[in-house]
Amino acid sequence: MPPRRDDGVTQPTLGLVGYLRFFWRQLTNMRTALFLLLLLAIAAVPGSLVPQRSSDPNGVVQYLRDNPGLAPVLDAMQFFDVYTSVWFSSIYLLLFISLIGCVVPRTLHHLRALRAKPPKTPARLERLAGFISQPAPAGTDAAGAVEAARQVLRGAGYRVQLFDGPSLSVSAERGYARETGNLVFHTALIGVLIAVGIGGGFGYAGQKVVVEGQTFVNVLGSYDSFNPGRFFTDAALAPYRLVLKKFTAVYEEKNLDAYGQAIDYRADVTAYRPQQRAQADAIKVNEPLSISGTNVYLLGNGYAPRITVRDGHGNVAFTDSVPFLPQDTNLTSIGVIKVPDALPKQIGMIGFFYPTAKELNTGAFTSIHPDLRAPVLSLRVYTGDLGLGNGEPKSVYELNTDGLTEVAGAGTDTPALKLKPGQTVSLPGGIGTVTFENMDPAAADETRSVSRFASLDIHPDPSQQWVFVFVVLAVIGLLAGLFIPRRRVWVKAVETDGVISIEYAGLARGEDPGLEAAVADIARRHIKRLTS
Amino acid sequence: MTVADLVSYSLVAIYSAMAVYTLAFVCFALDLAKRSAESQAVPATAGAAARTASSGTGSTTTATLERAPATPNAAPSRRFERVAFSLTVLAWVLHVLGTVLRGFANGHVPWSNMFEFSLTSSAIIVGVFILVQFWQNLRFLGAYITGFGLLLLGVGTVNFYVDVKPLPPALQSYWLVIHVFVATLATALFAIGAGLSIAQLLQARRESGKSTWLKGLQTLPDAQRLENLAYRVVMVGFVFWTFTVIAGSIWAEKAWGSYWGWDTKEVWTFIIWVLFAGYIHARATRGWRGARSAWLALVGFSAVLFNFTIVNLFFKGLHTYSGL
Repeated sequence: MPPRRDDGVTQPTLGLVGYLRFFWRQLTNMRTALFLLLLLAIAAVPGSLVPQRSSDPNGVVQYLRDNPGLAPVLDAMQFFDVYTSVWFSSIYLLLFISLIGCVVPRTLHHLRALRAKPPKTPARLERLAGFISQPAPAGTDAAGAVEAARQVLRGAGYRVQLFDGPSLSVSAERGYARETGNLVFHTALIGVLIAVGIGGGFGYAGQKVVVEGQTFVNVLGSYDSFNPGRFFTDAALAPYRLVLKKFTAVYEEKNLDAYGQAIDYRADVTAYRPQQRAQADAIKVNEPLSISGTNVYLLGNGYAPRITVRDGHGNVAFTDSVPFLPQDTNLTSIGVIKVPDALPKQIGMIGFFYPTAKELNTGAFTSIHPDLRAPVLSLRVYTGDLGLGNGEPKSVYELNTDGLTEVAGAGTDTPALKLKPGQTVSLPGGIGTVTFENMDPAAADETRSVSRFASLDIHPDPSQQWVFVFVVLAVIGLLAGLFIPRRRVWVKAVETDGVISIEYAGLARGEDPGLEAAVADIARRHIKRLTS
Repeated sequence: MTVADLVSYSLVAIYSAMAVYTLAFVCFALDLAKRSAESQAVPATAGAAARTASSGTGSTTTATLERAPATPNAAPSRRFERVAFSLTVLAWVLHVLGTVLRGFANGHVPWSNMFEFSLTSSAIIVGVFILVQFWQNLRFLGAYITGFGLLLLGVGTVNFYVDVKPLPPALQSYWLVIHVFVATLATALFAIGAGLSIAQLLQARRESGKSTWLKGLQTLPDAQRLENLAYRVVMVGFVFWTFTVIAGSIWAEKAWGSYWGWDTKEVWTFIIWVLFAGYIHARATRGWRGARSAWLALVGFSAVLFNFTIVNLFFKGLHTYSGL
């Protein structure tokens, strides 16, 4: 009962302890637990409606940009971090506290029950489930009948106890594993939560884009993005390096309904571990590379055109393979080239790469196939201060064109520069030249003229074995808790006027649809034993 | 046989199955109508009759009730139901044939996009419905199940149809076979559970004497029994759903590097799991047995449908395999 004040009834004042006890009772109440469970389901919904920072950080940025009015309000309410938010966490923490408050006393009770004998046989069995009364076979006495029943029940896995009283009887109980399973299931869920909550802190999540021929060294500084867990230390990074020898994408050729659809991605790598020989290996989408206790996953790929820029003085100001981010399934890709060392002015370029370019009627290009069949690079060129000198971190995939002067592209007299692999064009105004390097100039076709990159993800989570162990325990507990029937069965030999009749009845403890059949089966086997 | 042949034979089988399902649906509906008519003639209990009479809803009903005891009818024949069930089995054989042919045309399991998932999930729903009859006579759900299967097939072939395509790299894993198949089995059991819960709610309404138009339900098990049946079916479904979550996590760990990332599909799978966990607990909670827990089962099944349709089609996430 909740404490009431102004209802005219004098109630003892609840002290602090009283309130705590009242609160505890409410929290561990089954109805509260159910309410919290359903609230958890509802609270999880917003995380599917708006992008989450954990799974889709770019989506959040986009959402903030698209909804300047609503997004800050949602952000303040932690709608972009639902599953770590204060409100979501409080619901599941309350739920688990409630769960602990339920599991602990039930475990103690169950431990006592496991040692206890089955309870005394009820005086009247007629009202109980599956009641059967039948005359004992000729030549059977009450003691013999009850002893035979004891043996039948024991054989069927019951715990048994004989009782005297007005009539001899055997009281039997089985299915203690149901409650054990129940408790194991709920305790294992607590285990999952703890393993996820604490263990997850020792892991990290890192991403690295590696171009063909390049090397990834597993040290903190070489990751493109890195999210350490709370308890992460550099020592967790195993010393190894990977060289991406070759990236192969296979596209459907025969089935015209799926022409150009990717059917295989494969990254051939060489792994170097300390004091070990180099080892060739391959990473595929569903087949991560296991190295030094961590897994390396292949999560993305694209093209990385190699670009060389010579400045107005003829010096090489930039030469590098630049990963371009794919925008569609035909791998139309966008990339940014920043040349801060160019003289006299810094140069910035926004590039569009079309692996199989087709010119539209408007003069614009589009890609009609993801493979390299007619690669074209189109560049918009800007000059001015790129803003790299002031120490602010800048995304390598974005070029802020505010304050820059466009010298080639849609907004100028000079159209965007168009290059095929191996070509060099002059930048307008004599500020230099740009070369789109051909990576395989000797070949007859262009199928390997541009390097590819692989986007590798590395996120070891040392807790996941523990999570798995607890999940397996939870499943075993769930199966036992749901499907093992817990029941009591009594067999009583009632003697009236020298005639013995045997009574059978059962009692379900929890869901037990098969109880009556089970009692009937016990009766049948009992009579069979008595008559054989 | 070429792929094109297999695809067209598959579609012929599916369309034939739809035609036979339609006939089965009509026969099941006729059976329900007949049940209703029989109950108009034979009130099950005097109590029900008295209640109806005193509630005074329509003189015709009362008049029929007064005449009723003159026509004893112990075991009404369920001819329409028998025909309907045979048609359902026939339609199901065609349905499975069509689905299997589609699988051969694909060269991989027929559940890699929404069209194929519609074929397979409806085949499994009807298949489980047919199998369940060996355990319990639940044929009164026939109209619901065949109607539901027909709807899935219709929407699948008309709205979700896509050509045979190779598996994208992300789906090239044996976990596709396990994870999705177990999810479909769970869905089938939740669908049957939802049908039983609907029947339970209607039955409870009739038993409380609030509705006179539900008298056809006299021929069905009582609300308590329907509740128990629904619970047992959903319980098995819940275990399969738990396996779905676990298999999905293991696959996610293998494909994406993280066993749980709160992807939109994962969120909804979690929500469904929590809702049905709530349903199972509701049975042990004071004030939640009966109608309330039945509503919870229906909310859970709505979430399953939402997860299949809205989440697949409109939500952004890693599970974007609708093929549309």
